[in-house]
Amino acid sequence: MNVTKVLDAKGLACPMPIVKTKKAMAELNSGEVLEIHATDKGAKSDLAAWSASGGHELIDSKEENDVLKFWVKKG
Amino acid sequence: MSVTPLTAKQLTRKIIEKEALFILDVRNEDAYSDWKIEGEKVTSINIPYFDLLDGVEEVIKKLPADVPVVVVCAKEGSSIMIADMLAEEGQDVSYLQGGMKAWSEHLEPIKVGNLNDGGEIYQFVRIGKGCLSYMVVSQDEAALIDATRMTDVYIDFAAALGVKIKHVLDTHLHADHISGGLKIAQATGGTYWLPPKDAENVPFSYEPLEEGKNLSIGNTTISIQPLYSPGHTIGSTSFIVDQSFLLSGDILFVDSIGRPDLAGLAEDWVGDLRETLYSRYKALSSELIVLPAHFMIMDELNNDGSVSASLGDLFEHNHGLNIDNEEEFRKKVTAHLPPQPNAYQEIRELNMGKIQKDSEEQREMEIGPNRCAIR
Repeated sequence: MNVTKVLDAKGLACPMPIVKTKKAMAELNSGEVLEIHATDKGAKSDLAAWSASGGHELIDSKEENDVLKFWVKKG
Repeated sequence: MSVTPLTAKQLTRKIIEKEALFILDVRNEDAYSDWKIEGEKVTSINIPYFDLLDGVEEVIKKLPADVPVVVVCAKEGSSIMIADMLAEEGQDVSYLQGGMKAWSEHLEPIKVGNLNDGGEIYQFVRIGKGCLSYMVVSQDEAALIDATRMTDVYIDFAAALGVKIKHVLDTHLHADHISGGLKIAQATGGTYWLPPKDAENVPFSYEPLEEGKNLSIGNTTISIQPLYSPGHTIGSTSFIVDQSFLLSGDILFVDSIGRPDLAGLAEDWVGDLRETLYSRYKALSSELIVLPAHFMIMDELNNDGSVSASLGDLFEHNHGLNIDNEEEFRKKVTAHLPPQPNAYQEIRELNMGKIQKDSEEQREMEIGPNRCAIR
């Protein structure tokens, strides 16, 4: 996967992971992929819902050593 | 304009006192449609916080001018952010401290009756999740029934009353919430009682609840009579307290009856459920006050926020007690079951002591409504 940018949102509590993701996303072009690292468990459902509501595509997500990783393609 | 924190307790009191409230729930749509704050005078709308990051001007138009506005989210972070944004636009607003997490955990103690010789019975209303637990008090001793995992609440309450927790009982092996029974018994030196048929192979020691083997508290004895009443689980046991109150566990509720499927045996247990409700309970005094382990809808709350009704009333009005045809009853309780509670299998295993979870994991497992009943 071609990742354009990686956002470290580890240690941040809701709503910051989404706030930061939104900002980072604004700097990307349509079709580019943002990789997000977060530790807040709520980020899982919120990122999925946020992506859908913003017209982006949550391509993949996984959990590695308590870090949640997401790949979102800008719509 | 100002932002005021509102505690789960304050919100509970407002709902019980039927104050008008407008809730702006900023969780995502799935979470809201699964489970939300309700009340007779509560109006709520759902707009996820991430749809408000660019501004709240549009939302302000939707807020009522004459009703207090409370912003709610999962843990409070997003609700504070949105409340701040609303205040900047000139809106007076409060937010729910601790969010739905705190809402799910709040227990409101309400006295539901007097017993012989100055004894008392308290109902702990877990308003966010619909769970009910009980403390029976006589002189300087107490018994606790169906305690939740918020163990400090009961221990502190007993300390404030100056009573010692002598018995800790669970009516059955719970599948919708995590029991605090064993932990409280260990902390207070009380005896933990469980129905043996629900506790096969548990790794901890307990006293078996058996019909005919009465428990007592206080010198003059408030008796707690176990009554075998299978159907929700095979071991389900009710208690008759002081010959006045029927603690019905998850067998009979005010506006519904228990579901027989949470241990995967709906077909097997439906006969037991019918036998318990239509024969065993039928034979009891209609004047007994039924105190269930759950409520499902806010309409079930009495004016003081407690949940109870006489057994006679329930035989008249509770639909689940008025299905004459056995086949129809069987269909009703096996064919159209509501979705099962979140993580119910794991919760059962945890309550049996077969798995261990830390407190954050326990909190996650309990998220959502309880869904133990069939209406």
